[in-house]
Amino acid sequence: MKPAKFEYFAPTSLAEALELLEEHGDDAKVLAGGQSLMPMLNMRLARPKVVVDINRIPNLDYISPTPDGGLAIGALTRQRSVERSTVVEERIPVLAAVMPSIAHFQIRNRGTMGGSISHADPAAELPAVCFALDGEFVLSSASDQRVLKAENFFISPLTTAIGPGELLTEIRLPARSGEWRWGFEEVCRRQGDFAMVGAVSLLQIDDDGVCRSACITMFGVGGTPLRIRRAEEALLGDRINDSVLEDVSKIVSEELDPDSDIHASAAYRKEVGGVIARRTLEAAVSRVNGDDGA
Amino acid sequence: MTTANRTVKVTVNGKEYESSVEVRKTLADFLRDELDLTGTHLGCEHGVCGACTILFNGDAVRSCLMLAVQADGADLTTVEGLARGEDLNALQLAFQENHALQCGFCTPGMLMTAYALLQDTPNPTEDQVKEGISGNICRCTGYAPIIQAILQTGRGPALTLPTNEEG
Repeated sequence: MKPAKFEYFAPTSLAEALELLEEHGDDAKVLAGGQSLMPMLNMRLARPKVVVDINRIPNLDYISPTPDGGLAIGALTRQRSVERSTVVEERIPVLAAVMPSIAHFQIRNRGTMGGSISHADPAAELPAVCFALDGEFVLSSASDQRVLKAENFFISPLTTAIGPGELLTEIRLPARSGEWRWGFEEVCRRQGDFAMVGAVSLLQIDDDGVCRSACITMFGVGGTPLRIRRAEEALLGDRINDSVLEDVSKIVSEELDPDSDIHASAAYRKEVGGVIARRTLEAAVSRVNGDDGA
Repeated sequence: MTTANRTVKVTVNGKEYESSVEVRKTLADFLRDELDLTGTHLGCEHGVCGACTILFNGDAVRSCLMLAVQADGADLTTVEGLARGEDLNALQLAFQENHALQCGFCTPGMLMTAYALLQDTPNPTEDQVKEGISGNICRCTGYAPIIQAILQTGRGPALTLPTNEEG
């Protein structure tokens, strides 16, 4: 038997799940898509006393348009559903663009939005794109519900602000279509692997070609996704040309302070980080409003 | 007790099974050990190699990354469900014809992945095939014959499962 022994519960309502999580606190692990937890159980890197399987809870799997033009996505929504959703493509095209890079389709068939975000692997795409989008996460518990901004949610590798007894139930993302331009790039050893370095950029450029807002998010280069504020500031108020891009690329490299590991050295990550940040900005600039630029 | 065994009812390749299973047993181990369906192979047992790929309610999934209890009420297809008795299906014949297997260890996962890919994308491009099997590791073939076998199958008639035809 691969996993160590645990008590297994498969609640059929959210209320029941939250009661179980309150009762068992830190002893409980939530099983959603299982694409991160199951490997950890199989290798006994995780030995929870209690597993609360949320897959039989109805109404946690949805992609709902919100009045502000954004989306509310149920935590149990499979990554494959997000990948195939036309409303995601319309409202947040950068999210649609990121989805095929998450592992492999067999993994995305099971893996959930909420699971990947709660797991908070620093090299994973969904935490990074939600962070870049200024997303909000709804954390529910038996007695309360709170909404946290992504910037207050990701704390360190595999660690989030989700407290004992809490469950991530919904992801709220603002619209980033129309006047928003975007770029996404990552470098992996093979298709579907975790990124050695990744970048998500979002830009607003006015009719005169001047950059009015900029968000450059890097991932796989620190404990959480990172905004590179100094590089963003270098873009604001300017027309984006080659010399600006060159400067921004250098700033991104300078600002990154990644670790070396078995996959890549710190020096490589810094160098490649600058290069792919530039590529995401070039992709964003070349996108015409409302068009995917393809 | 919640740690004790649970009764699991599943349909596998059109046949219904009911079995008592320990809650921590993976679906892959359940298929192999309890149901004696050893066509589903286990390589890495943590979701990297793809050898244990099966269809779960029609979707390709890693059976090592699910618990058997999670399959209660589900409709599964394993590699044993592809052929009609002794008659291999077109995908299997294409694997044979193109020498798309050597040791055969990855083959069940490759076949189930390719089957799911072809259901989704009936006549895939070479790039689509490469991306489709990117989650399955083969240490013998160098992949080229596998890609050829899938492309060849894609150019032919749509694949069906024997169980669907009878149902």
